[in-house]
Order: sequence, then C-alpha cells, then structure tokens
Amino acid sequence: MFTGFFNDLRREGIPVSVTEWMTLMDALHKGLAGASLTGFYYLARAVLVKSESYYDRFDVVFQRYFHGIETPPDLVEQVIKWLERSLPPLVIDPEKRKSTPWNLDEMRRALMERLAKQTEEHHGGSHWIGTGGTSPFGHSGHHPAGLRIGGKSVNRSAVKVAAERRYRDFRRDETLSTRQFEMALRKLRELSQNVDGPKDELDLEATIDATCKNAGWLKIIWERSRKNLVKVVIMMDSGGSMEPHAQLCGRLFNAANKISHFKDLRFYYFHNAVYDRLYLDPFCRYNATVPVKEVLQKLDREYRLILVGDASMAPSELLMPDGSIYWDDFNEETGYTGLKKLADHFTHTVWLNPVPLSMWDRVWGNETIAIIRRLFPMFELTVDGLEQAIKKLKALLR
Amino acid sequence: MKQPFAFDGTAKYLVSDDLRNTVNIAVALGRPLLIKGEPGTGKTMLAKAIADSLDKPLIIWNIKSTTKAQEGLYVYDTVQRLYDSQFGDRDVSDISQYIKLGKLGEAFVSEEQAVLLIDEIDKADLEFPNDLLWELDVMNFYIPETGETITARHRPIVVITSNAEKELPDAFLRRCIFHYIDFPDEEMMTRIILVHYPDLQERLLTESLKAFYWLRSVGGLQKKPSTSELLDWVQALAVGGIEPEQIYAKMPFLGVLLKKNQDFDLTMRHLQEGKVQKQPAPLHRWSR
Repeated sequence: MFTGFFNDLRREGIPVSVTEWMTLMDALHKGLAGASLTGFYYLARAVLVKSESYYDRFDVVFQRYFHGIETPPDLVEQVIKWLERSLPPLVIDPEKRKSTPWNLDEMRRALMERLAKQTEEHHGGSHWIGTGGTSPFGHSGHHPAGLRIGGKSVNRSAVKVAAERRYRDFRRDETLSTRQFEMALRKLRELSQNVDGPKDELDLEATIDATCKNAGWLKIIWERSRKNLVKVVIMMDSGGSMEPHAQLCGRLFNAANKISHFKDLRFYYFHNAVYDRLYLDPFCRYNATVPVKEVLQKLDREYRLILVGDASMAPSELLMPDGSIYWDDFNEETGYTGLKKLADHFTHTVWLNPVPLSMWDRVWGNETIAIIRRLFPMFELTVDGLEQAIKKLKALLR
Repeated sequence: MKQPFAFDGTAKYLVSDDLRNTVNIAVALGRPLLIKGEPGTGKTMLAKAIADSLDKPLIIWNIKSTTKAQEGLYVYDTVQRLYDSQFGDRDVSDISQYIKLGKLGEAFVSEEQAVLLIDEIDKADLEFPNDLLWELDVMNFYIPETGETITARHRPIVVITSNAEKELPDAFLRRCIFHYIDFPDEEMMTRIILVHYPDLQERLLTESLKAFYWLRSVGGLQKKPSTSELLDWVQALAVGGIEPEQIYAKMPFLGVLLKKNQDFDLTMRHLQEGKVQKQPAPLHRWSR
C-alpha cells in the first residue's frame, strides 16, 4: 500500500527504513489512522519521520503524492466563479463517513471530463462541480476522497495541512543561526573522546567497584583521559565578494568563539586567496599580518583547518604571481600555491562555501571554485554541509 | 478515534489534536514516544498528563551527563557489600540484597502498567540510547550477578524527551514514535493561560498576548520567552495592577520574560524606536 509514497519519501532524502514502514502498515492494520487522510498524515509522520528538520520535506512529498493536481488556471477561474455563490457547508457526521477507493489518475481524468462537459453552476448535487453536495469536486461539500477547489476547508484536510508547510524553518539545508552553528561545532567534541591514547587517568569509581568485587583486594582501573585534543584553525575570506555573506560568517565566528571546548582555536583572514601573508583581523590591514610560513611553523599538522570563503575570484587572482587584488601586495607565489601549501601541511582540511552547492557550477567564479575544490573538500555553509564537514574533520588519519 | 484507554489531556494540561493522536498511536503500538520541542512547550509535563489521564503511576528517570544506561536497569551496591563483609551485619553471600533496581527496572516490575518518563535523553553520552535498545525492545534484562532475569509484567508507556543537544542514533530513532511540539498559537495560548488563571481580566489577557507574540517576533533574540515565562509575566501584571492599555506600549516587568542582558537591551531599543515588526539584525562586527 502506498509503496510509491515510501519511495518518494526516500527520494526526497528522508531516512525512512523498511522497519518503520512495516510499523506503519501494522498501525494501519490496527486502524490507527481512523480511516481519514488527516489521520493518515499524522500517523505516517509520527511513525516515519524522526526529526522536525524533515517535517517540511515530508509535507512536500505528502502534498505531491496525495494532491498532485495542478489544474490549468484558465479552467479553474471559471470553476471558481461557479463556486462563488455557494450553499452552506455540508457537515457530515464523521461516524457516517465511509471510505471510498480512489485513484488519483482516475479522478484527474474525471475532473477533466466534467470540466469539458459542464457549462453552468451546480450546487448541492452529487455529480457536477459545485458546492455543498457530495460530488468529489468543489468545496464545502463532502466526498470521502474528493478534491477541494477553492473555498475554505470545513473538515480540515491533510493535504491542506501539508500544503501550509509550517515546518519550513526547521529544514537543515537552509542557512544557519548562531545556535545551529554552535550545535554543529559542538560535534567536533566527539573526536576528543579519545579512542586511542594512553590509559593514564585513575578511574576512581571503577577502582572502588573492582576492589569490592575483588573482596577488598585493591584493584586499580585506569582509563583514557577525556580531554578534548582538537585544535582548530579557521581562515575566513573577508571583504569583496564575501560582503553579502558577512552576517553568516559573523555568526560562525561568534559560535566558534562561544564554544570553549577546543584545545586551541585560531582565526586568520585572507582576501580571496591565501598569498604570502595572512591577516589577523577581518579588515585586512597590511600592518596586522603574519607570514604564512610563520603560521605553518607554529601550527602543527594536527590542527583542523576550516577555510571559509566563496572561492569566487578572477582566475588571475588565483593562478598568477602578483595576482593579489591589493596593489602594494606583491606576491611572488600564486594564490594557488599558497592554498596548496595549506592543503599539504594540514591533514584535516575543509572548505565551507556560503554559496549554495547548486550554484557552484553556474555562479560567477565557478572556474576558481572548481580548482579550489580539487584542493579542499568543499561543503556549503548550511547545517547539513557543516555537519558533513565536521565528519570529514573527524575522520581518522590514513 | 476512540480507544479503551485513549489519552485526552487533563484539566491542567491541554493537548493539540495531533499530539493527542500521536500519544495514542504510541500507546497502541507499544513504542517509546520521543518528544522534541522548544523549551517551555510542556514536554516533561506531557508524561505526567498521560499518567494522570490514564490513571497510571508515573516513574521519572532524569538523565544527566554522567548517567549510564546500566543505572536504569539495576545497580549492584558493592560498597555496601564490602562494608557488610567487614562488619558482618548481613549474610554477604546473598548478592540479591545488594541489587537495586533502576527506574526502568522499577517500571518493569510495577504491579500495574506504568508511565516511564526518560527526561532529556540527549544530555547523556552518545551511546546511551543505543544501550537501552534491547531492553526497550524485548522488555527484559538479565542480572549476571544473581542469574536473574527481570521481565516486564506490563509493557510500560515510555515517554522520552529531548532538547536536541545531541543527535540520537538512527537505530534508536527507528523504534520510536516521534512528535515535535509546536509553540502554541495565540488561540491555544489563551486556553493554556485560562487553565492556570481562570479569572483573568480579558483585556489584560489579550493585551499581554499581543505584547508577548510581538516580543517573540523581534529578530535576533538569543532566548525567546516561552510559555512558563508568559505565565509568570501574566501573573506579575495582574498582581502589579498594571493597566491593560500600558502593557503593549510599555512592556512592564520585562525581566520576567527576558533572561539575557543583550535581549533586554535589544528589546528596549525596539521599544524606544517604536515597534517595528521585522528589524534587520544589527550587523555583526568580527571582534574578539
């Protein structure tokens, strides 16, 4: 039943498993949907969707699967005119509702046929498009599997609920708020759980426990210390084409600063590409810079490097010596070489791009994005993207 | 949808239709119910309401960052046993007297079906939910120290709340029924307030709700005020004898609603500039 719905959900990226689907079938069997589409909507959502961030996608799929009808506007206009002068809503006792087998395609065909034949208003009947009756088409009436055209829902329909898409804000592929940044960055803590490393800390609880089990003979238990060993260096592109993303990057900055669990956290700035020097503040002033060479000497390869930038620039800025956009900033090595140095030095690197993934091939700067993507694993700056990036940063050394 | 033990809120706890349905689905399927939602939407209260409404005992297991799954099943009090062995009060060869059941164990052996609340599961270690999977599935566990198996007499109704501090493991999620509690809209909120303060002056109620939802719509608040804060505020307004006309314009006792300095300043600034619905958030300057 509804296997197509299951497939649609999976295609939309909602992680629905067969186990959950079987639970839903079980629930339907027990009659928990109450033989109504609204009941089915809430049942299916409760059983299949396990995070509010997928509610919106669920709504989208539900709407598409159980609605799917886009009537051409010119036809609808006339129908709406017929429906304007309407009968009072027909309210039917829910107990008396019987479910009718229905088929979307058949219904669509029937609607088209009826639209073709119908030439005037009909109200209160059971066949033509009209109001207050039991025809499948129209509004304020009742048909167990009817199609509402215009009007207000008297018996709140599920497709209508889905169509409201109230959970849009919870989608994870939208860009982030400070708190969401924090949540994502906090996940970098996991790698501090230190699966390797020496057992050098006395586990008092376990020692007492083991000693007691050992009938009072001292038995000492050591465990691995759980300090966070993660060191992070964030380099942000500042100014120029990044201006529209300043607020987003500001939020990332705030979130990273708020999280105090990193062993070390450093910020540097660059403009478009990394040349001989990195800036110490986002205003990119020459007198607050430090040579890249020095930075690389100071930071060992264990540092997790997060680059933030749109990676969009004129190819010359990336590929030519003296390519830097500042006139007085003669760089002997190309921006590409500078970035390559970073990629070679650090074992864990990611590039976060505020430009949405879907635009990377088309946006201005796609050439340089493509080049930089070959140097660094690139992710978009959204909850999903950041999470993938963090996963990448946590991957074990090979 | 009416069932023998259908849950339908209580006098003190109002539920929306979809939440009520979800609770009943979880009960009928015998699955744990996972509840998420903004702070102050009554996640924890839900379990109490279910217990009251179905007239069943409520067992609360508060999760902390140090809680281990094992503690929910049973604890073997080895220290007491060692102590007894040295001072010879009891027969230490009988281990079963040192086994103390945890909250989950308690729910299993309860004489009647219990409602078990596992509160804020996301506070615990990442592996915590996975460690409970088996016990929640088959409803029994084995105590190796005594060779005893504890089996649930009645499958407890399990309610789990989460504040989304951590991602919960997929295997765990697959077995749960999930519901996200929306922040109540004005209509629902009116009903909620009236449950708590039935004889509130109507003008006061509408004006304070208007002010409250305006405050929630202010962009850039770090912590939006929630239901419990609104309840306190309404009471403060009533006790303080504030004129209803003053509420929306002056927002008295703002400290009851807002708990952060920056939020307070931000709101005061909005108030002085006159109320603007969507003010662009101030531009962040990067400074450490």
